[in-house]
Amino acid sequence: MEMDTNKTVGKPVSRLEGKLKVTGIAKYAAEYEVDNLLYGYVVNSMITKGKILSIDVSKAMALPGVIEVLTHENRTRLAWFDLQYTDMDAPPGTVFKPLYDENILYNGQPIALVVAESFEMARFAATQVIFKYKEEPFQTSLEHHLDQSRVAKKGFATALKPPPPPPTGDFEKAYQQAEVKVDATYTHGTEHHNPIELFATTTVYQGNGKLTIYDKTQGTINNQLYVANIFGLKYKNVRVLAPFVGGGFGSGLRPQYQLFLCVMAALHLKRNVRVVLDRKQMFSFTHRPPTVQNLRFATDTDGKLTAMNHSSKSETSSFEDYFEPIASWSHRLYPAPHTLFEQELVPLDVYTPMDMRAPGGSTALHAIECTMDELSYKLNIDPLELRLINYTEMDPSAGKPYTSKALKACYLEAADQFGWEKRTPKPRSMERGNKLIGYGMATGIWDAFQFPSRVEAMITADGKMILNNAVTDIGTGTFTVMTQIAADELGLPLEEVDFRYGDSKKPFSMFQGGSAMTSSTGVAIVIAAKELRKKLAKKAREMPHSPFKKVEDAELTFSNGNIILNNDPNISVSFKDIIAFNKGKVIKTTNMGKPHLLKLKKYSLATHSASFVEVEVDKDLGTVTVTRAVTAVAAGKIINPKTAKSQVYGSMVWGISKALHEETIMDENLGKYINANLGEYHLPVHADIRQLEVIFAEENDELINELGVKGVGEIGLVGMPAAISNAIYHATGKRINKLPIHFDELI
Amino acid sequence: MTKTTLNVNQQRYELNLLPWVSLLDALREHLKLTGTKKGCDHGQCGACTIICDGKRILSCMTLAVMKNDSEITTIEGISDGESLHPIQQAFIDHDAFQCGYCTPGQICSAIGMLKEGHAHTREEVQELMSGNICRCGANVGIIDAIMQVKDGGTHE
Repeated sequence: MEMDTNKTVGKPVSRLEGKLKVTGIAKYAAEYEVDNLLYGYVVNSMITKGKILSIDVSKAMALPGVIEVLTHENRTRLAWFDLQYTDMDAPPGTVFKPLYDENILYNGQPIALVVAESFEMARFAATQVIFKYKEEPFQTSLEHHLDQSRVAKKGFATALKPPPPPPTGDFEKAYQQAEVKVDATYTHGTEHHNPIELFATTTVYQGNGKLTIYDKTQGTINNQLYVANIFGLKYKNVRVLAPFVGGGFGSGLRPQYQLFLCVMAALHLKRNVRVVLDRKQMFSFTHRPPTVQNLRFATDTDGKLTAMNHSSKSETSSFEDYFEPIASWSHRLYPAPHTLFEQELVPLDVYTPMDMRAPGGSTALHAIECTMDELSYKLNIDPLELRLINYTEMDPSAGKPYTSKALKACYLEAADQFGWEKRTPKPRSMERGNKLIGYGMATGIWDAFQFPSRVEAMITADGKMILNNAVTDIGTGTFTVMTQIAADELGLPLEEVDFRYGDSKKPFSMFQGGSAMTSSTGVAIVIAAKELRKKLAKKAREMPHSPFKKVEDAELTFSNGNIILNNDPNISVSFKDIIAFNKGKVIKTTNMGKPHLLKLKKYSLATHSASFVEVEVDKDLGTVTVTRAVTAVAAGKIINPKTAKSQVYGSMVWGISKALHEETIMDENLGKYINANLGEYHLPVHADIRQLEVIFAEENDELINELGVKGVGEIGLVGMPAAISNAIYHATGKRINKLPIHFDELI
Repeated sequence: MTKTTLNVNQQRYELNLLPWVSLLDALREHLKLTGTKKGCDHGQCGACTIICDGKRILSCMTLAVMKNDSEITTIEGISDGESLHPIQQAFIDHDAFQCGYCTPGQICSAIGMLKEGHAHTREEVQELMSGNICRCGANVGIIDAIMQVKDGGTHE
């Protein structure tokens, strides 16, 4: 079958939900109008480790409008088996169970939910619940407990996050004998996702064990299963909806505690309940773990890497082993005969860290690409030239070719666009008035995942297409991109395609993470559409006087709601007529898209990027401004250059933030974060973001999946922190290996 | 409870509110005008920006009772819903949002900022829009959209 040439894939289509978002009509989890709504407000532990000795709720309960205070003492009966609390993204260990018992595992742990008739009264009453604690000694400092590191436990999550590969050659010997080498330690602090939408759940209690839940999540089905398992409800009776999600960045991959508490209150009181966390509470669950990395890289005098050692230690909680691949990245990028990669965790009395935009990769590539930069100065080789000297089309760590790798094009196109040739090699050699100017560059690499996804697709009586899938759109452009893919597959205009999503009742999608939704649900759409075309053609042949009776599928084109004969475009049958012949009943199919594991076993899969950055550093004040940045991305086919570009812009802003702004600071004496607000947790504002440019390097990947797509949600972040650090070194001659870099280190 | 009159989007509402109800919560929870967003409740993110008596203000830092009889415009009242305000259209055209949660605040803030008349250059617009945080990182699109409307002179 031939397709219509009037394609929308590859075109910069504006977000289809744009109007709903700019007019304030789009509704987020806390915004659904529900009758007789009760408001829950969470009380969090003031201590870091220990036990709750007693709880006095009398003052809180005496306040007008307060309905209930739920604590571990009066909570409803819950599942007790660990496995029932688990979720699809749970790391190995014992999942945290809110209000389970008197034990306090971390500072800010939820310990009560106050439910009242108004938000204001619930919030006030939450301050009136009196807890007596028995405090125990705790450990929250990664830096001071590096000696307690150990390898991560393995589990379900290990499949996507494997430990580093075994050593090759003899690293120690090769490193000792090498002529050119760098030994450096890199650190960064805790970071919190901080989407601007607060974490919120509205639970509609429908009786008979039935719940409709509006939740801030990146995974509707993940949270549906979680709720049903814990509260002993039937899966079909729990519906989780998240049509609009005000940002996630990983924080919504796992069910968060407001969901648990809101559902518990709704079941306990048999009422509709809403729980919204406040901004401070957004710092009381998951985060990017602080990490200490040591790298030792050596080259021969020509700049070819001979030995690489990457050793990483990062924080996890005392109850789960959160592991994000860090030490394995350098060998996926650069070949070297002698390698040694080690990665360990330090369990501390904090909540379990979690994936935060480009988890592991952005941490690792900061260290790897700063080390490469330092080597370039030792070798007196241009930093870009050093990358090209060590360039390979293979994945050296697996000994396999990539399905596609247009990284070289990324380097060259971005360097050209940036004007890299204007760089003078010596540090502190470029100036503009009172500002030191620095140019820096770095490489990015990120996974190209694909998850199984099921799509239901149908043609309705009015000739339009409806698609159903449980996936969310957290701002990524998923809704628009899926509609484009489906429209092209059936030859329909965008207006005639209705992609329905963000609902656990719809066919399976994994949580929205790993830059994998376009490849996952997008591929499922392609497969379902193919089946739907077949079914439509078959039905058309059954029609009386059908012009297609003896026509093969290959001789038909789908265009504008019609099936058309290739040889004679005047001969056609409309979708409407086919459905009318089908007695008005929809023609539908449900199909699964999944990665071709057997075929792909011979290959490695990754997206790549190259970031080039100009910084200005004030000579007197040390303040840093990223004045220009160009990032070129190789990520297979780009379905929508407009939304894809925005994904990369956003990632570049995250890179600037990681390098220069954001960090959660722990008071180690209290075991408590002390800047848990958006005033003191620094995020870049408009004045911090100057000129950003995005290039998509052409990458035709016919191996990776039916669409030839990878993902663009994270890759744009990966190279930026190192590119900025390297530009700061070039500007100032100061190598700062601790992120974020502050002005006081540059004076 | 305090009797409070709020004029929102040219409609008059008589409310009985606890005196400590913020204007943001009055809009969202009492008037069900959820277009105005709560991102921090502390005046740190700008998501709750609305236009009150012609000026952009943070509705989370304002008690509802303080704005008795004031003229309030929220995102729902920026346009009639059919035709869009030029800033709204420019936001769509420049892909000036991703998740959309900070967007109503950015739009109200931009309209208020342009009316103030202090921003003449792109850098000044960036500076005067810096009270509105966008975590998705749509900064380039947001400023492009505002500059287009500013330079096009199509704003009110």
